[in-house]
Amino acid sequence: MFAIKMLVTNIAVTSEFGEFMSDQLESVEDFRIRARAWLSGNMPKLDPAKEYNTNQVADREWVEHRELQKKLFAGGFAGICFPKEYGGQGLTPAHQTAFTEESTPYEMPLRLNVPSLSICSGMLLDMGSEEQKQKYLRGAISGELILCQFLSEPSGGSDLAGLLTRAQRDGDTYVINGQKCWSTFAYAADFATCLVRTDWDAPKHRGLSMIIVPVHDDATHLQRVRMSDGSDEFCEEFFTDLVVPAGNLVGTENDGWTVGQRQLFYERQAVGGGSPYVSGRPATRGGSEVTVADVARAVGKDKDPATRELVGWQTALDTVMHQVVKRITVGMTSGEYPAMSSSMMRLCHAEIPQNRMDIMLDIAGDQAVTSEEHGDGYLRNIGIQYLMRQGASLGGGSSEMSRNMVSERVLMMPREMAADRDVPFREVRRGR
Amino acid sequence: MDLELTEDQKLFRNTTAKFLDNELPIEKVRALNKAGGGFPAEFWAQGAELGWAALLVPEELGGGSISGNGFQDLAIVAEEFGRLVSPGPLLPVNTVIAGLVEGAASGPDHSAEIEALMSGESVATWAVYEPKEQWKPLNPTATARKDGDNYIISGVKDRVEIGSEADYFLVTAKTENGVANFIVPSNLGNVVIEPVVALDFVRHFATVRFNEVSVPASAMVGTQETAAEIVERMFQVVVALQCAEMNGAINRVFEFTVQWAFDRYSFGRPLASYQALKHRFSDMRTWIECCNATADEAVKAVNNRSENSARLVSVAKAYIGTKSVQIIQDCIQMHGGLGVTWEHDCHLYLRRATTDRQFFGTPADHKRRIADLIGL
Repeated sequence: MFAIKMLVTNIAVTSEFGEFMSDQLESVEDFRIRARAWLSGNMPKLDPAKEYNTNQVADREWVEHRELQKKLFAGGFAGICFPKEYGGQGLTPAHQTAFTEESTPYEMPLRLNVPSLSICSGMLLDMGSEEQKQKYLRGAISGELILCQFLSEPSGGSDLAGLLTRAQRDGDTYVINGQKCWSTFAYAADFATCLVRTDWDAPKHRGLSMIIVPVHDDATHLQRVRMSDGSDEFCEEFFTDLVVPAGNLVGTENDGWTVGQRQLFYERQAVGGGSPYVSGRPATRGGSEVTVADVARAVGKDKDPATRELVGWQTALDTVMHQVVKRITVGMTSGEYPAMSSSMMRLCHAEIPQNRMDIMLDIAGDQAVTSEEHGDGYLRNIGIQYLMRQGASLGGGSSEMSRNMVSERVLMMPREMAADRDVPFREVRRGR
Repeated sequence: MDLELTEDQKLFRNTTAKFLDNELPIEKVRALNKAGGGFPAEFWAQGAELGWAALLVPEELGGGSISGNGFQDLAIVAEEFGRLVSPGPLLPVNTVIAGLVEGAASGPDHSAEIEALMSGESVATWAVYEPKEQWKPLNPTATARKDGDNYIISGVKDRVEIGSEADYFLVTAKTENGVANFIVPSNLGNVVIEPVVALDFVRHFATVRFNEVSVPASAMVGTQETAAEIVERMFQVVVALQCAEMNGAINRVFEFTVQWAFDRYSFGRPLASYQALKHRFSDMRTWIECCNATADEAVKAVNNRSENSARLVSVAKAYIGTKSVQIIQDCIQMHGGLGVTWEHDCHLYLRRATTDRQFFGTPADHKRRIADLIGL
């Protein structure tokens, strides 16, 4: 709710600059028609012979998608819901939805959506200084830079506020030492929004600061983290006396938790599927878009009643997932639902895809675990995807934490006991 | 409940809720069950005055809605019925009305029956299930044999809601030219009605035998050609209403179970402070959000006669039929031993939800139907 108010405020701020009165916004239909024409004349069409959105083509896509974002920016279609003064278009989520729909036949800079545009840029819009917004927000929207997050650490992901990376003020710089992990796509990014500890005597939440840091620096050792399915989109970073200008502090020193919480809100929104800053969507081709019906046909079980029942059930669940995202978004936009309602979307985004993986596995049988060396691998991907089944309940915050959120912030049930509440962080117990 | 109700619909919902709270609170539902009654006639008459049987009737046939979207308005009432486990033939009457309205353009005139149903003076129900058979409305065993200007209806229909109270049966039977629908008065000789025992607290069912019952050709609803469409429309209407009703039930059960979790202390703290329970409540709250979302979409689709209404209705029934009883059972669990007593209201809700779950396709039936509808 806070974020939507901020969005509306930013549209109003745009109108104060006299560029565009909000009641003179281009209609969604006019915008759609204009977008359709521009896309057709400017963006490359999806090529059936080309591979998209897989681990194998990630490195190529990072280069290509920067260029695509620059194209969108030059054409006036980047940052559709971001304010005009930072390079956006000052329009509404309905406009963004229309653009996404029109863009489906074309290549789009999808890799920039999460976390750069939807999470980091969202946070900067709400919490950054004018200078930071002009440099980093405008930079992200224009395709000149890519942003990522440095949040989780080996010592804690769920207990984010218990982080140990330290930043020491030294004149007009900060010197940073420590480690981060689970930094999605950091290897392809330019800057990161990094949450650090600046006061060890305050209780854990009150000694944090958010600082924008360069990803690639001599003081930083970055390595990619290989996951059980062979993918390596995550990175871990080790900082040894990384020096950054003090002007990179977002918000106030030791009030970084406020900034971090805003960023987490955008993360929940992005992971949940309700972000107005995500533009475009993946093409129908590609492993993750295979349906259970496709699998049933591929193994010749499409007439088997038990299989048909499983297909019908997953079809129902997939439909319900879209319906509930729509409903919760309406509830949160109107203010009727609390902000943490996005956690309900997050739970669905775990349960329903996991159910799909389970059903695909059941239907595909032995073909999910073996295949010819040079075969299509379509069915074998089911087995590989299954290795990362739990990723759906872990990425972007665990389901367990979401369940805490829903029970505590939506149902208002008593909060969990915390052994580190109001204890000076220096004195908080830590494991090995 | 739809988050985007119009102001009129919100008012209608509040009025309906107040009316039910006053006229048929849960204590009265229990009293009705104890006395063996189905629904009080005055209750249904008052409901008819509030428009409960007029919402699906177009203005040109004398009906009217609150918002212009009559089916959505009716779903609001159905949800309130779930919230208080209300008695009354809301679903059967409106299912038949949907059929009569559907057939009005193509078949014999039934404005008199529609009028009688709208006013609450008469009630009607769809006689379509047959003994020992699952759902196969387009291939009934009951027959309607053409005999001059009449049809002779023979066969047994069971699981007929308000079979004993109905003034009319909408009978789906097979003629020599295929399936057809007929509106048959219940007071004709050779219609033999036998009540059956049912799980629901206040909804009554019966088996109805048609022993060579003669009806005029004008008793047909719609035509032979439109018979299957009429069946499909009635099916979608009743299933979508079931979904709305189940949601009313689970919304209410969850609400008082959350309150229970705050009020009930164990080992020095409320149930609501135990993480294992908090997590189950979170899951239930999330599923309830899904149930509400999917019923809203199904209701909208039926209201708008959308191309994908059949699929959205089956998605809603498959999902809500599965989750509603699961949620109520876990809410019962949250109540401990109290939850399985007669005195506690949980079982009233479970009876209603289970009945809705089982009729007009179980979740498994609808899952298979979805596979058919997506062309697998």
